[in-house]
This record gives sequence, C-alpha cells and structure tokens, in this order.
Amino acid sequence: MVTNVLLPELGENVSGGDVLRVLVAVGETVARDQPVLELETDKATIEVPSPVAGRVQDVRVKEGDRIKVGDLVLVVDEAEGGVEAGAGAPVRPAAVTVQRVHAVPTSAGEAPPIPIEDKPGMLEDALEEARAATPADVRRAPVVDFSRPRPAGEGSEPRTLAPAAPSVRRAARELGVDVSQVTGSGPGGRISVDDVKMHVKRIMSSGAPRPAAAPHVGAARAPLPDFSAWGQVERRPMRAVRRKTAEHLSAAWTEIPHVTQFDKADITSLEELRQRYADRAADVGGKLTVTAIAIKVVATALKVFPQFCASVDMAAEEIIYKHYVHVGVAVDTERGLLVPVIRDADRKSIVQISVELSQVSERARAHKLSLDDMQGGTFTITNLGGIGGTHFTPIVNHPEVAILGVSRSRIEPVFIDGEFKPRQMLPLSLSYDHRVIDGADGIRFLRWVVEALEQPFLLSLEG
Amino acid sequence: MTERKTQVAVVGGGPGGYAAAFLGADLGLDVTLVDEAANPGGVCLYRGCIPSKALLHVARLLTEARHASAWGVDFDAPRVDLDRLRAWKTAVVERLTDGLGQLSRQRKVRYVRGRASLLDPHTLSITTSEDEEHLAFDHAILATGSRPATIPGLPHDSPRVVDSTAALDLPDIPGRLLVIGGGYIGLELGTVYAALGSRVTVVEMMSGLLPGADRDLVGVLARRVEQACDAVRLGTKVVGAREEPDGVYVTFEGPEGREPEQRFDRVLVAVGRKPNSNVPGLEQTRVAIDARGFIEVDAQRRTAEPSIFAIGDVAGEPMLAHKASHEGRVAVEAIAGKKVAFEPRAIPAVVFTDPEVAWCGLTEMQAKEQGTRVEVARFPWAASGRALTLDRSDGLTKLVIDPDTERVLGMGVVGPGAGELVAEGVLAVEMAAVASDLALTIHAHPTLSETVMEAAEAFFGHATHIYRPKRRGA
Repeated sequence: MVTNVLLPELGENVSGGDVLRVLVAVGETVARDQPVLELETDKATIEVPSPVAGRVQDVRVKEGDRIKVGDLVLVVDEAEGGVEAGAGAPVRPAAVTVQRVHAVPTSAGEAPPIPIEDKPGMLEDALEEARAATPADVRRAPVVDFSRPRPAGEGSEPRTLAPAAPSVRRAARELGVDVSQVTGSGPGGRISVDDVKMHVKRIMSSGAPRPAAAPHVGAARAPLPDFSAWGQVERRPMRAVRRKTAEHLSAAWTEIPHVTQFDKADITSLEELRQRYADRAADVGGKLTVTAIAIKVVATALKVFPQFCASVDMAAEEIIYKHYVHVGVAVDTERGLLVPVIRDADRKSIVQISVELSQVSERARAHKLSLDDMQGGTFTITNLGGIGGTHFTPIVNHPEVAILGVSRSRIEPVFIDGEFKPRQMLPLSLSYDHRVIDGADGIRFLRWVVEALEQPFLLSLEG
Repeated sequence: MTERKTQVAVVGGGPGGYAAAFLGADLGLDVTLVDEAANPGGVCLYRGCIPSKALLHVARLLTEARHASAWGVDFDAPRVDLDRLRAWKTAVVERLTDGLGQLSRQRKVRYVRGRASLLDPHTLSITTSEDEEHLAFDHAILATGSRPATIPGLPHDSPRVVDSTAALDLPDIPGRLLVIGGGYIGLELGTVYAALGSRVTVVEMMSGLLPGADRDLVGVLARRVEQACDAVRLGTKVVGAREEPDGVYVTFEGPEGREPEQRFDRVLVAVGRKPNSNVPGLEQTRVAIDARGFIEVDAQRRTAEPSIFAIGDVAGEPMLAHKASHEGRVAVEAIAGKKVAFEPRAIPAVVFTDPEVAWCGLTEMQAKEQGTRVEVARFPWAASGRALTLDRSDGLTKLVIDPDTERVLGMGVVGPGAGELVAEGVLAVEMAAVASDLALTIHAHPTLSETVMEAAEAFFGHATHIYRPKRRGA
C-alpha cells in the first residue's frame, strides 16, 4: 500500500516551517516514528516522524522549502520492507522536538552581540544530544491526524453558500471576515456590505473572535514598486523567526494602545556594589550584570504593582492577574529576536538570577533553547545598552502588558546639593498597555524601579 | 542563450493566460506571456470556442433557411464553398488573435513565442525558434490548458479519425460522420456537419446526451438532434474500428449487445479533454498533480510550490474558458498581494447547439443527488410570445429555488439564445437574489428574457401567461 505522508499538525499556532534537512532518501526504508524531516518553525526546530513504515518511493520536499501543515512530504510504500519501531507499541505517531536556535544573548547589555556561525556537524551534534536528553514522554507527544486532506482544490466549497454578492464577499475577505459568519439583514438573509461592517463592529466591541488575522500581518497591501528601477536589489526569503516576529509585533502594535514613559536612574552606587560583589556571582558561574539586577528589581516591582503582571481578556472583559513572576529578556540573535524567560524571578536572589541568565545564554549559544525556555513570561526587559542609544519606545510583548527598555548608562552632571556632580545615569523606557495601566500608575512603577536601582535597600524593604 | 527576469511569467496564452497577463500588467507588474502561437488566444480562439461558433452560426443559417419553407419562403438548396467558409472562419480567428497581440503590446506585456519548461521553482527555460531563454520569475502562472482525449482501439493516425481540432479545419463534408461522444463538443460539431449535409450518427456511452445537464433541458435538444441526425445511439460503446480504403468500419455494442459493422467516411472523437499537466520540468518543483491529472491548487490558485500558480483547464473542472479567465484574474491579484479567492457560486455552462442549452449554479439533478430541498419553477416557451414569433415554442426556462429563503440557487434554459439568457441567472445566483427580485424586475416585451421573470412568477403561482393553481403567497 502506498501512503502519502503529509506534514502533520505540529502544535498550536504552528502552521508550517522551513525544511532544514531531509533525513531520508528515495529507496531507503523507514520505520514508523523514524524522523524523516527537520523543520524550522517559528522558534523551534522540529523533527517530523514518519507515521508509517515502508520504503520511501518519493520525497516531495527539499531543503529550504517552506511547507505548510497538510503538504505532501513523502510517498511511502508500506508493503515493502520497513520495520516497526518498538513492535507492539501504540501506533500513535510521535514528534521529537529538538531545539536548534541560534541565539546570541546580549546577556548583560554590556557585551555586544557575538555572531555565531554554523559549523558543519554542529546540527548533528545538537540533534544527538537533544535526542539523548529528551525524556521518552516528551518524545511521544502526540502529533495529530496525518490523514488530513489537502485544503482547497475542486469541490471544497462549503455546502451552504452565504447569500452575499461577489462584491460583498470581496469586502468581507478584505476585512478578514468569514462571510458565512455574518447575519444578513436582506430578503432571504442576503448579506450587504453594511451587514459585514456591523459584524466587524460587533466583534471589535465585544473583543470576541477577532477577524481572521491576515496571513501576512503588516505586509504592505499595495504592491511594492519595482525597486530595481533605481539600482540593484536582492530578494531573500524571511526566516521563520523573522516572520514570526513581524506577525507578533504587528499584532501587538495593533491590539495594544501603547504609552511609553522615560526616566533615568542614578546607578553610581549600584555600579560600585556591582563591581564589589561581581566575584560572588562569578564564583558560582554567574555574571553580575545590570540586566541581572534589573530583572530582580522588576520582579520585585511586579509584586508591588500587580497590574503590570497581568493580561487583558477583552472577550471576557476581565483582567488576568498572574500570581507568578516570570521575566523575559529580549535577546538579539543572528536569526532575530528571542525572549528566554527567567522563572519565579521574584523568589530568586540576584546571584541566582545572574547564574540562570548565564546558563540561558550558554544554552542559546549551543542552540539548545527550548520552547519552554521562551514561554510564560509576565513582563519583558529589553536591554540595548550594549550597543548604545539613550531612550527608545519598546513594543509590549503581547499578551503581557508592559516592557522595560534599558539603554546605555553614562556619566552625566547631576545637580545635587547645590553643585553639579558626575553621576552614572541609566536611561529607562517603560512601554505599557494603556487599557489596563493608567499614566499615573505607569510613572509610579517606573519611579519605583528607578528608586530601587538607586536604593537597592528598597528591594528588601518593600519587595 | 539569453537570461532575463520577470515578475510574473504566464505559461500559455489562452483565455486564462492572457486575462492573467493583461490584468497583471494593469496592476503594474512586469509580465511575460509565453505561448507557441504567433499571438495569444489558445485553444479557445484558435481551435475551440470561436471557430466552432463561427461555423455554428452558419449551421443555424442553413437550418433556418431550410425551415423557412414552413413560413412560405423557399430557397434553393444551398451551395457550400468550403474554402470560402474556412477563410471566413480563419479571418474571424485572426482578427481576434491579432487584436490580442496588439493588446499585449499596448500593455507592455512581453510576449515570447516558444515552448516553456521549468528548470526550478523560479526559472523557466523557453525554447524559441532562434534561441533559448532562461527566464527568472518571482511568480509563474501555469495556464497550459487541455487537449482532446483519445480512446483506445481507434486508428488514431488515420486521417479519417479526427478530433475537434481537425474537424474545425473543415477538410471536407463527409458523407457519413460518426461522432463518438454526446457531450457538448460532439453535439456542437455534429450539428455543424449535419447542417452542412453530412449524415451524422452520434454515439454516447451514457444513457443520455450532455451528462450533467438536467434531463428536461436535454430532452428538448435531443428531439431536435434526433431529427437532424441519422441516429443518436445512447448507452452504446464503440468496441471495434478498422480502416479500409473506403472508410472506417465501426462495431458498436449497445444495450442489446454487439451489432453489425457500419461504415463511416469520418469519425470524430469527442470524448472529453485531458489537462496538459505534463509541463516539462514540473518535477523540479513541488507542484502536485491529482489522480485525474489536474494540478492541485488552493483558493488563490496557488500550487504546492508557493511561487507557482495554475489556472484554467489544467487546474480542474469545469474546463471552460470563462472559468479560466476568472481564475487567471484571481491568481494575478493574489500575486499582487490582494486578498482574493476563487469562489464562484455559479459558472455558466453553455452548449451552442440548436437549440442552445445553458445552465448555472445548482441543477435540479445535483439538488436531488445532494438531498438539497429545492423547488423548481418552470416557464415553458410555448407561453412566450417572442418564442412563438421565432417558431421555437419548445424552449424552457427553469429556476432552482430554495423554498425557505426563496433564494435563486440555479437556472437552466434551453432554446435559441439560451447562452445569453443564462447570464441573468448567473447574476441572480451570485447576487443571492430571491425569486421576487427576478419577478419584480421589469423585462422588455417581447423578449425571451421575459421567460426568466415569468419563471420567477411561476414560483409564486401567478405567472401572467400560464395558469396554475396557487401554490404560495408572494
């Protein structure tokens, strides 16, 4: 029996990815659950297992292809050869998730990003290691429905056709509305453009199911001009991380009414402390950096200002307060922006945080950041100080409600007690979701962070 | 060898391909259109819709002239000069294809006459008469169309066995013509040759002509076809054919079994069309082909290879020029970044026989198969003044209506001009019109279009020109 192996569902919100490597060739025998493909999805690299055993008749993808869930990957003849992996085991196909993320952390902000180059064999090593390290239960995470038919094509039209004219259907499509969900007000339930607009208004005001997100959020609607008319150009495909970042940030920017406030913290004494105790962190493998300290300060501030450790559920008209504090740190990498998360930062000491931050950086360098490492954040810190600049307006990492931008500190004259004194000043930029955070609270939070950096005693006094 | 670049490469210059190319250019894209012919046009213009309609027009004239006797007008037997008839048909084709060539130039669509193959998902190799060109493209639209299907067991290399392309070239008027296939191509060309004087036999494997069309419509056509032809053999297969110096001897197997051999001067094979999905180099891409040979596409007509689209006959049924053009426009708008989808509610099908048969949207037959509850409103042309003035009272206009919403789901027409009349039905279905929309719209008198309005009135049980007991309130 010849089986068409389609790209299975890979998990929530993963619609496909770029083929990194094809692990089988025509004529080879594959076992059930044997990895056949390496796929780079948004942030993780996934091995796609074969749902059947047999001989590979045809390979329909190649390296660099961008494929979607449901796309034809392989043709396998089940009659021929092929051994069952773990005979008698349940025949649920499994996915092995292996991380291979080229992350370059700007761990403390002081060091500029170091580009990491792909070395031959590196991937293999990482895979082997990850495979060995992956617990069996994780490997057996079910992947659903290999038999999902190709969408679209002839005869795929829904049975009940929405009573809407072609122009109305087009208008609905442009607004991202599924016209069959619209209630028509005309004779026979006919849907007008006004009905579609009303539908959108209702959705917007209820915050309920948002109009289907455009497949390429943020991409220009109008066709681009022919840039080559003015000189040489080169087109390169967006990497998965870049694509995901573009979509995520566009969505965040559209959804969240942003406000950004600026302030400066006098970290002259903090710098002295930092240098004095740097060895204590170094002794246990950490690096005492401004970022590590900022994580602690923010984690404590989140306990004092719980509305900053929240998410908005417009559909339910509720605010979700999180009784945990996981602080994400934006990391600039060769491939794009990654945000590993330091869990329960409020319950860890600065030294512990600095150690963990170093470990995350290490893992990123070794391409071993997992999806878990990057999920569940309640607040994000982004430190561009390693590169420079004074202030900037970071975009809130949706569904979080606030983000703190840290820039490069420098010595500035500050008027204290009747005279100018040279003080080390750290520029801070706080962006927040104005739906849940009022301006006064915003500046209270930022002032608290500034004062805690200036008077670390506050951490134990109020935190 | 030349190397070039283009934003959109369209392979195939038929109604799908040139519609896509022209709209692409209108949207500001740099477009290259590749076809083997001197000008765009494809099968439709060169050897399909257009030449057949030119000949059908002549056939209709011949039939009417013969029929005029019934109205007291007698003509002498017509003398048909095949060379002049062919020249006129060719002139029509050339005028249209030249016009398309001109439209390409005006739009700055680069037209390359040659044969294209794919080197990879972003490069075409085009062999022209003097050169080979490598054309790098951002997107390609495959509009390679279809070709006549053949059936095994026929001496296909015999000049006596022809397909629609050869039949349209009018080599001669055969004494006895066998048409294999009772679909629209066989019936249209059979009609032409019967009018020109051939004795025509139509053989169809299925139990009725025009599979897919509602039987009440086909019945009207079948009565006329039976008169015009020697024989119409249904449920009958060709099981043997051999060529002799004086013709092709064909054996049929009908409902009563095998029959004695019959001689024909010519055999026209019109058993359908096959998609031209054997584009060289397609295996260098991820483009997928289904079991029937059609290229698989999504709602935007994008293939499994993101840079490549496919439209028209090669991308699936129905294999109709107007469906191809619409798909072509969808594909190129998708390429231009617009949010579009190919989602017609109704694609009109027209058979240009005499009488014409046309339908769109849901047919009565489909409704029955799917178990969709519908009401069918019929208006027989015997009640139409205009039909009587044409001496064509056997026509019929019908509407397929959702009894709950009264929405028009489909329409069928048989009679002269049905191909034009169905347009109103297509618009009604696409606009989600309800029966009273058609009934309340004033239609000119006396025209055949009134039959649409009266069919809608008949749904409410009060068509002016027919009396039926009241069925429902308006």
